Amino acid sequence: MSTSKSIVAHTISVLVANEPGILARVVGLFSGRGYNIESLTVAETDAKESLSRITIVTKGTPMIIEQIKAQLDRLVPVYKVRDLTVEGPHLERELALVKVKGTGEKRVEALRLADVFRAKVIDAKADSFVFEVTGNSDKVQTFIGLMQGLGLVDVGRTGVVAMSRGGEAF
Amino acid sequence: MKPEEPATTGADLLVKALIDEDVEVVFGYPGGAVLPIYDSLFKQNRLRHILVRHEQAAVHAAEGYARSTGRVGVVLVTSGPGATNAVTGLTDALMDSIPIVCLTGQVATHLIGNDAFQEADTTGITRPCTKHNYLVKSVEALARTVHEAFYVARSGRPGPVVIDLPKDVLMNKHDYTAPPKNPVEHKSYRPQTKPDPKKIEQAIEMIAKAKRPVFYVGGGVINSGPKASKLLAQFVHMTGYPITNTLMGLGSFPASDKQFLGMLGMHGTYEANLAMHGCDVMINIGARFDDRITGNLTKFSPGSKKIHVDIDPSSINKNVHVDLPVVGDATLVLEAMIKVWKAREPKVDLKALKAWWAQIETWRARNCLAYKSDKETIKPQFALERLYHHIKDKDHYITTEVGQHQMWAAQFLKFEQPNRWMTSGGLGTMGYGFPAAMGVQIAHPDSLVIDVAGEASIMMNIQELSTVAQYHLPVKIFILNNHYMGMVRQWQELLHGGRYSESYSESLPDFVKLADAFGAVGLRCHEPDKLDGVIQEMIKIRRPVIVDVLVDEAENCFPMIPSGAAHNEMLLGPDDKAGKLSDEGLALV
Repeated sequence: MSTSKSIVAHTISVLVANEPGILARVVGLFSGRGYNIESLTVAETDAKESLSRITIVTKGTPMIIEQIKAQLDRLVPVYKVRDLTVEGPHLERELALVKVKGTGEKRVEALRLADVFRAKVIDAKADSFVFEVTGNSDKVQTFIGLMQGLGLVDVGRTGVVAMSRGGEAF
Repeated sequence: MKPEEPATTGADLLVKALIDEDVEVVFGYPGGAVLPIYDSLFKQNRLRHILVRHEQAAVHAAEGYARSTGRVGVVLVTSGPGATNAVTGLTDALMDSIPIVCLTGQVATHLIGNDAFQEADTTGITRPCTKHNYLVKSVEALARTVHEAFYVARSGRPGPVVIDLPKDVLMNKHDYTAPPKNPVEHKSYRPQTKPDPKKIEQAIEMIAKAKRPVFYVGGGVINSGPKASKLLAQFVHMTGYPITNTLMGLGSFPASDKQFLGMLGMHGTYEANLAMHGCDVMINIGARFDDRITGNLTKFSPGSKKIHVDIDPSSINKNVHVDLPVVGDATLVLEAMIKVWKAREPKVDLKALKAWWAQIETWRARNCLAYKSDKETIKPQFALERLYHHIKDKDHYITTEVGQHQMWAAQFLKFEQPNRWMTSGGLGTMGYGFPAAMGVQIAHPDSLVIDVAGEASIMMNIQELSTVAQYHLPVKIFILNNHYMGMVRQWQELLHGGRYSESYSESLPDFVKLADAFGAVGLRCHEPDKLDGVIQEMIKIRRPVIVDVLVDEAENCFPMIPSGAAHNEMLLGPDDKAGKLSDEGLALV
């Protein structure tokens, strides 16, 4: 363990029993102990075993990150805690819905950029688009940034989901 | 006449499950939502129910019961205010790792969320102050949940568990589920109790090579069971190394032993704190580097390699970076350490150890607990010395409230065995000691149980005099009455220019008359030469007794590490002045 003070973002994947209150336990742990949540996603991933996966992106010193993992692991309904950031190569994806309102040159430019980012048009009106864009957080952020000058009115983001590369299961 | 209903309501299942979990006593208070449980209790005679006068006291009583027996303490309260009143006790049990199962009533499932009468979001409120909690939504899950709750409460690092029981669940019917034969193979909760053998080897290597070692031992050893304390004494004797205890660890090692340096920390002994500061290898077993122990973290034991044995991985590297973490139960870790030590027969550096002990003896010679005695007024330290003199050969248990008297009790009463000392360490709950003493007395009806109290703390759960009267519990309340919230006054004197804001205990009751009003015995003493007689009388009376000992109002508790200071910056007595405290230090509690 390092005692360094440098703050690094970590993506932590937590396998939990899908029971009432589990999300409150996790979120309460972060707020109660003053940890950051940059992003959080949760959904059931195994209906038969009633398991959910929570993916948390958090920032902290190595000592804090170690604490976060130990504290999560201590919760009774938590099966596994994995720090994807330290456990080797992994994939991160996020989905965003981006609404842009405008006409004329701006509308054309928005559509052109959407094409570059491989964003799909999932709703179109005479003066608006809703784009669906997926990718890592940087790409999503960049796309949203570009849309700001082109009539951006609304954004919805899922937060990060992540998985390790290779054939090994969690 | 209608035949009797079959005994399968949720409430009956609950009572059966408690009996199967070896529960003998329940501390509780009835109310609307738990009426079915009280009805089931009425129809049986295996479980004893102790009616307290406030739900907070029920939890503290269960804590006292648990800590003095090593069993799980059980609490039963109603919904809404019953549950919210229990919150302080639950938090106390969480901070001090005490196994408690708290059954809370809840409004019927179809009313949950409707702001029904006496409804509170009990699982929501207690989530951060329990090890785990459950809302039982169907009678089918009830018995299984109870068994799991007991397992979670007592295994791993123990703690409080709440089971919230809606009234309809208690009234619906179902078959009983017996406790699983194997200790619950829980799907996701698997505390690590067996240490990694490689870590044990490394630890022994570090311990054997030490030149200035110290054992720093906490409540984890006591929680692990009496065997852990025996193994600890064996191992410490094998090494010949000095040992200090935390407040929670007192009794895990015999206080009269030559190798014992006394308690460490903010009001610990000079020799214990300087040994911690100057050691080269620190062997922490079952303690958590609490801020009362470490003082200023940046100056904490700067030159030492640290071994940390703890059952809870989240305790490791939380406050202090350690060189060798060993996750496991103290009993198993000590067993493994003793085995490896015996197998290796390591050559300890006896010359270095001798020099280290010589150094420690010079610190000991400072006699840091000395105080100026007085012929006219009773010094609180003197009162505790006399108390100890009269109880030391009797089978006794001590609880305390929180404040100066608590620290003096830790300094001046000596603990030779585990499970004899019950005090609120982590949360620092005033009002803890008296109800805790009730719980201890229930578990040990023939022993001498004494709550060392302050006149301010005792007022926080004074209503329990009615409980001790009802059950004829001969608990002794030994009040060191200085007419101040003493620790608040001490900090105001040392750190806030002597501005005694709101810390004077105004309008105190006449404790002798108060005892009389509740059918207890009240004694008072203000002359040092009469104290022995009063203590002897207190011990002799087989009824609840309040002893109001009027002590020096101005006495402060020393030694003291002022907040923000290091172990080697202790104040030893009233003539030592605290250096100018930094703003950072002042902000610390």
